[in-house]
Amino acid sequence: MQIFTWLADYVAYNLLHLEKGHHLTSAIHFFIEDTSKIFFLLLVIIFIITYIRSYLTPEKVRSLLVKKGKNVYFAHLLADLVGIITPFCSCSAVPLFIGFVEAGVPLGVTFTYLIAAPTVNEVALVLLYGLFGWQIAAIYILSGEVIAFFGGIIIGAMKLEKYVEDYVYENVSTEIDLDVEDAKITFTDRVRESFEYTMNLIKKIGIWVIIGIGMASGMHGWAPTGFLAQIAGPGNPFAVLVAVLIGIPLYSNAAGMIPVVSELIRLGVPVGTALAFMMSVTAVSLPETILLRQVIKPQLIAIFLGIVTLSIIFTGYLFNFLLP
Amino acid sequence: MIIKILGTGCTNCKKLYENTKKAIEMGQVAASIYKVEDVKEIMKYKVMSTPVLVIDEKIIFKGKVPSPEDILKAIFNEMLNKNKG
Repeated sequence: MQIFTWLADYVAYNLLHLEKGHHLTSAIHFFIEDTSKIFFLLLVIIFIITYIRSYLTPEKVRSLLVKKGKNVYFAHLLADLVGIITPFCSCSAVPLFIGFVEAGVPLGVTFTYLIAAPTVNEVALVLLYGLFGWQIAAIYILSGEVIAFFGGIIIGAMKLEKYVEDYVYENVSTEIDLDVEDAKITFTDRVRESFEYTMNLIKKIGIWVIIGIGMASGMHGWAPTGFLAQIAGPGNPFAVLVAVLIGIPLYSNAAGMIPVVSELIRLGVPVGTALAFMMSVTAVSLPETILLRQVIKPQLIAIFLGIVTLSIIFTGYLFNFLLP
Repeated sequence: MIIKILGTGCTNCKKLYENTKKAIEMGQVAASIYKVEDVKEIMKYKVMSTPVLVIDEKIIFKGKVPSPEDILKAIFNEMLNKNKG
C-alpha cells in the first residue's frame, strides 16, 4: 500500500508544490492517498467477489442449505458463511425469504442468512481493510458472523413461525427443483458482467466515499488526536448505545461513514464503539425491514431488530473491554 | 409482446422499468410493459431475486438491472425465437 503514499507525496509536493507540515497540506495529502487507495481496492476486491458470487445464485444457496443442512448448527454455519459473499440487495429480501421458507429452510437459518448477508458486505470490507488494516477487517467480519449465527439460533429456538404471514406457508411444496445447474454463460460474459457490476457499484457509492474521505481529511488536518476521547471515550458508558442509535437510520451511506469512523478512532473514540456504530449502519437497514413487513408480522420484525441491536451493542462493549 | 417487470418497488426495480421503456423506444418495438409489485404475484414465477424482466411469461433477467441495449437485444432474441417456432 506504500505506492499510494508515494503517489500522494508526488501530487502534493511535486505537482501542487504544497508546503510540508502545513495543516492544509496534510489534509490534501491524506485525501489523495486514501481516495486512490480505496478506489483501487474497490475495483480489485469487488471484482473478485462479484466473479466468485456469479457461481453462487440464491437458488444454489437454497439447495445447499436444504441438502447439507440436516444438522441445524451446521445449517446456521453454512448460512452464515454464504452470507459473507452473496449479494444482498434489500430489493431481494422478500423473494429470498419466501424462497427459503417454502423450500423448507428453517426460519432461524433463514434469519442467520438475512443478518449475515448485509452486515458483512464487501464495501465495508474494502474500506475497513484499506483504512484500518486487515486485523480490524477480520474482527469486523468475525463479529458480524457471530451475531448472525446466534441471532438466527435464538430466532429458531423461539419458534416464531406463527409470526410469518400465513400465505408464505401455504406455498410450501416439496416440488421445488433443488438441482440447480450453473447458468450457461461463457467465461468472458461472466468477467464482463462482474466488471460492469463493479463499475456500477463504484459509480453509485463513489460520491459517498469521496465525501466521507473528504470529511475525514478535514478532521485529519485540524482536529488533534485525542480530541473526542473526552466525549465518546472509554469514560462514557453510554457511548456505544448512542453510537448504535445514530447508526441505524444511516444505512445507505455505509461507504461514506467508514472513512469518518476511521478518523474518529484516531481522535480518541474506542474501537468497540466505532465497530458498533459501523455495524449498526450496515446490519440494520430500514428499507429492508419495511419490505420484510410484507412477509413477517410486526412482532417478528421487532424481535429481529431487537436481537440484532442488542448483539451489536454487546459487541461494542466487548471490544471496548478487550481492546482498551 | 407483453413485458412484465417484477419487483417490490425498490430503486433497482424502478431502474429496470426505466431501462425497459428506453429499450422499447430505441427499438420501436410494439410491446406493453406492466409493473408487478404484489408479492404473491411475483412468487408465482418462483424467483428468489428481484427485479425480474419477463417477456411473454418467460423469465429473461433476474436480480440485475441490464442496460437498455442489453434489454433490446433480449427482446429481439425473443422475437426471433418466436418466428422460428
